[in-house]
Amino acid sequence: MQVYLPIAEMSVNALLVLGMGWLVGFLSGMFGVGGGFLMTPLLIFIGVPPAIAVGTQANQLVAASVSGVLAHWRRGNVDVKLGVVMLGGGVVGTAFGVWIFGILQRLGQIDIAITLSYVFFLGTIGGMMLVESSRAIVRRRAPTARRGKLHRHIWLHGLPFKMRFHRSKLYISALLPAGIGAVGGMLVAIMGIGGGFLLVPAMIYLLNMPAGLVAGTSLFQIIFTTAAATLLQAATNQTVDAMLALLLLIGGVIGAQFGTKAGTRLRGEQARLLLSCIVVAVALKLAWDLFSRPADLFTLTMGAG
Amino acid sequence: MVSVAKRRAVQAVAALGGLLLGGTVAANVWAQQLVADLSSHLIAITTGFTGTEVVLFGTTDGAGDVAIVVTGPRGSATVRRKERIAGMWINTDSARFEQVPGFYTVATSRPLDQLVGRPVLERHQIGLPQLQLGPRETLDPQELAAFRAALIRNKQRAGLYALTFGQVAFLGERLFRTNIYFPANVPTGLYNVEALLIRDGEVVSAQTTPLVVSKIGFSAEVYDIARHRPITYGVVAVVGAIAAGWAAGAAFRRV
Repeated sequence: MQVYLPIAEMSVNALLVLGMGWLVGFLSGMFGVGGGFLMTPLLIFIGVPPAIAVGTQANQLVAASVSGVLAHWRRGNVDVKLGVVMLGGGVVGTAFGVWIFGILQRLGQIDIAITLSYVFFLGTIGGMMLVESSRAIVRRRAPTARRGKLHRHIWLHGLPFKMRFHRSKLYISALLPAGIGAVGGMLVAIMGIGGGFLLVPAMIYLLNMPAGLVAGTSLFQIIFTTAAATLLQAATNQTVDAMLALLLLIGGVIGAQFGTKAGTRLRGEQARLLLSCIVVAVALKLAWDLFSRPADLFTLTMGAG
Repeated sequence: MVSVAKRRAVQAVAALGGLLLGGTVAANVWAQQLVADLSSHLIAITTGFTGTEVVLFGTTDGAGDVAIVVTGPRGSATVRRKERIAGMWINTDSARFEQVPGFYTVATSRPLDQLVGRPVLERHQIGLPQLQLGPRETLDPQELAAFRAALIRNKQRAGLYALTFGQVAFLGERLFRTNIYFPANVPTGLYNVEALLIRDGEVVSAQTTPLVVSKIGFSAEVYDIARHRPITYGVVAVVGAIAAGWAAGAAFRRV
């Protein structure tokens, strides 16, 4: 069944897009990540212009993170105060990212910027996760490994504007969560991803937040940064395809339910190892595209672009 | 929402009516040596649109060759060239063209080189080599030719410029017809369908028929709002996504 996408101005197979939404939803339910990092490259692969893939993905992530945060909210796993501080930085980061996005689009460098950020972030985070999870699996087999310190003090904890976050039992500078939020917001705008795969480790290792609160709180603030990104992308770059977002959403929501069930059968480090393999594979594929000679060296952009 | 679609449809029909009138008047001036019309003057892009075919048919007042030139709305376009920088393929040089048709195809009753001489082809922009694109920069001719070729190649890959010439088929001596195919990614706007009657290497009669490609229905509304009320569009997209996410979360609550 073919469906015409009004903003992307192309006709796609609805079942294919629903299937892609299902697959990414399945993986995100299984591993507890947004899955945007997989969806944007997949959309580009089926011929959606990168700019529209990113803008639409932001819209779809709003829905995904709302449905995700509900479950965490019911269990009380959301630190609203910390989330709001992150959000302050997040909105600034998003606005900055959308602005940069527009400039790069006019310069004709947006495609390479998107690909490069993907290769960099996915490569780094995926590589780190791969090392960490394989070590954890090895350590499980040899249980003599010693335990690290619970709480380390680095220069980041000496920053001004200290705030108390009761829910997370933290007393830290407000600049820290705001800064993390700002980086996350920029990723939403430029890469079309929620940034959970970057926010979660940052909140665990830089803020020393209780692990139980991390997923819920990061999802909570991702709702607002993706909403802001959708609004700004729609208003300034007109790259949000509501029809495409709707199709992805339906597939994604159903896939996520199956993924969550499948995820309970996996142990934490096994899930992380599997996820990091996928992340690294995507990074390698994108890097390959960047360095291999394209079939046609010329590209065409209609309009003022 | 409905009123937007209605207004659009009315506008499209009104524009079409005016153009048809103009077209008929113009045809009369040419003393009816050639009469041609389309099976449809409006291509409606609906949600289920996957491309369509329009039949052009007509009659001549005697033996001769017919060439059909279909030109989509003209606009500007940028062609960018990738070069290897630090091992990566990155856009570097670019060239702008101001008069690029969004769609272009030609159908003839005989191969182009047997039809007429080069000056006539150029005057009527028959055939891709004769298509005027309005380059803006004063690049050196060789560079310009490379960018121009790349533009046409990209358009051909998208299915918007014809790879080969269509065939105008004659039924008997006077009646002719040809099928024009429009793919799913056809740009919207006003198209010019030009039918030329050629005798002894000269164009003796021509008729221009308008064709409107327009988004109709849901996809038209979405596009309209996104273009003209982008903030409203963004707000609706966000609110819709929140509602959808909430509904999904509530529906699967037991999980």
